[in-house]
Amino acid sequence: MTPKALTISQFFFKKRLHLTLLVLILGLAYVVSSIGLGFQTTALFHAQDGLIWLLHNFIPNAESMRYWQDIGHQLVRTFLIAVTSTTCAAVISLFLAALGANTLSLNNAVTWFIRGFSSLMRNIPIVAWAMILLFSFKQNDLTGFLALFFMTMGFLTRAFMETIEDFGMDKIEALQATGANYLQVIFQGLLPEIAAALLSWVLYMIENNVRDATLVGLLTGTGIGFIFDLYFKGMRYGAAGLVVLAVIILVVGVEVISNLIGRLIE
Amino acid sequence: MIKPEKQLTIPTPTAKGPQFKMPVKLKDRRRVTIYLTLLVLAYLTMVTLPTMLPDHLNLKTASLTFLQNIQIMFFHPGLSNTTFVQLIQALLESILLAFLTTLIGSVIAFVLALVSFRQLVPAWVGLAIQSFMALIRAIPNVLWVLIYSVVFGLGANAAVIGLTFHSVAYLTKVYTDSMEELEPDAIETMRAMGLKNGPIIRQALVPNFIPSYLSWTFIRFEINFADAVAVGAAAGAGGIGYQLFMASSFYFNFHEVGVIVYLILVFAILLEIASYHLRKRVMGNQ
Repeated sequence: MTPKALTISQFFFKKRLHLTLLVLILGLAYVVSSIGLGFQTTALFHAQDGLIWLLHNFIPNAESMRYWQDIGHQLVRTFLIAVTSTTCAAVISLFLAALGANTLSLNNAVTWFIRGFSSLMRNIPIVAWAMILLFSFKQNDLTGFLALFFMTMGFLTRAFMETIEDFGMDKIEALQATGANYLQVIFQGLLPEIAAALLSWVLYMIENNVRDATLVGLLTGTGIGFIFDLYFKGMRYGAAGLVVLAVIILVVGVEVISNLIGRLIE
Repeated sequence: MIKPEKQLTIPTPTAKGPQFKMPVKLKDRRRVTIYLTLLVLAYLTMVTLPTMLPDHLNLKTASLTFLQNIQIMFFHPGLSNTTFVQLIQALLESILLAFLTTLIGSVIAFVLALVSFRQLVPAWVGLAIQSFMALIRAIPNVLWVLIYSVVFGLGANAAVIGLTFHSVAYLTKVYTDSMEELEPDAIETMRAMGLKNGPIIRQALVPNFIPSYLSWTFIRFEINFADAVAVGAAAGAGGIGYQLFMASSFYFNFHEVGVIVYLILVFAILLEIASYHLRKRVMGNQ
């Protein structure tokens, strides 16, 4: 019995056939979804129009400079809320993750409950959080804080749980063999070793929340998102450009600092 | 009796009693950085938290109404202003939006990642592209869509183009990072064999890159779906996000919000499970 061997030309023919089929299927999916949405592909070639418009209208002029103080104030508030919501969420997430991680948990039901809870928290769209909170907490910073807090809690709980599970069972068992109890295992063994990993997750979430804070602000009428909306809809494009500039400075600044810290704790 | 030339002496340590001093390494850069960062974060939180409480708000009643609304949402979902078919259509619209922006984004980002691949082009090209991408990512998604909805008018064109910006910027960064995982030696070897850039890309770079390409693109699809929902609400770009916005801030109908949130949740959790299995399979193959 001879094994079925492909000749070289057959091999390449098959490879090309697969590639062609893949491109065809994706192309077809593209066309179908474009029609379904009403998207015109020609718009892609006009993408530069937006950038030109941006550069043309959004350059802050002398007149918009008087908004600088308002914008600066809101920028600092937005940053503080992004940081505060992350740290508060991180404390609770760490607690939940320590209870729910597979390697530490005493009970499977607890693990599944915490997993489900964190999945629920992060998959409820932030729009829904913002809207429900807006209805009861009204238009203020607390609403934005809580919306970011709930979502961050969902993300960090999963991230922390995975970090703890990556720590492995062996070290925990070794510590337990020396007579360490649950709390000692966590505080003497686990936390010192995974602190750097946890901190980099926290920094990543702060970066993310600074970005999302604009969106939440737009929806709930607070912070930097709100004043952007105000200037943008009032056609004060110079001032809106100043807001965009401020957001860019903040996001890039946070990114640079967090990269720096990330490199120091590596 | 034969005596060894050198007699072995075993020094017996004298007990000093328990030591209470812990060695503190202040020069430990890692530890100091972690402590300082935590300290700064804790300080900022402590300063900010008290200022957040608004003056004219009864925290207790606010929390109670919030819990009530949550209860209505999750335990009494129902429709009154729209039909279920309409909502499914809107959900489909958001999924299509996420799909299109991911597809367009991944094609453009793939080309850009190749162009900025450090081992094939001069370093400044890569640096220029990466900086430009960082700039794009620094402007929030909603703002891109809002800007394009002024230029193109409100609609699918503005939504797709606006969301594609972040898609391209994110994917270019992660694609370049995973391409750089290929050993520089491998490329040098192929160079020595006389291969040009074209075959190196087709025969070494791309096959090596496919697993991470798949998992990153799928992760971006998840993010794009969440973004599509958010942008639909904040910029009026349509889809399920717009329905969510209308139900919650126009009709104040939390029964309807419940149905919409359930629909989004089901799809988002399905995506998460799919993404988890994809990553597991991809990692298993490596």
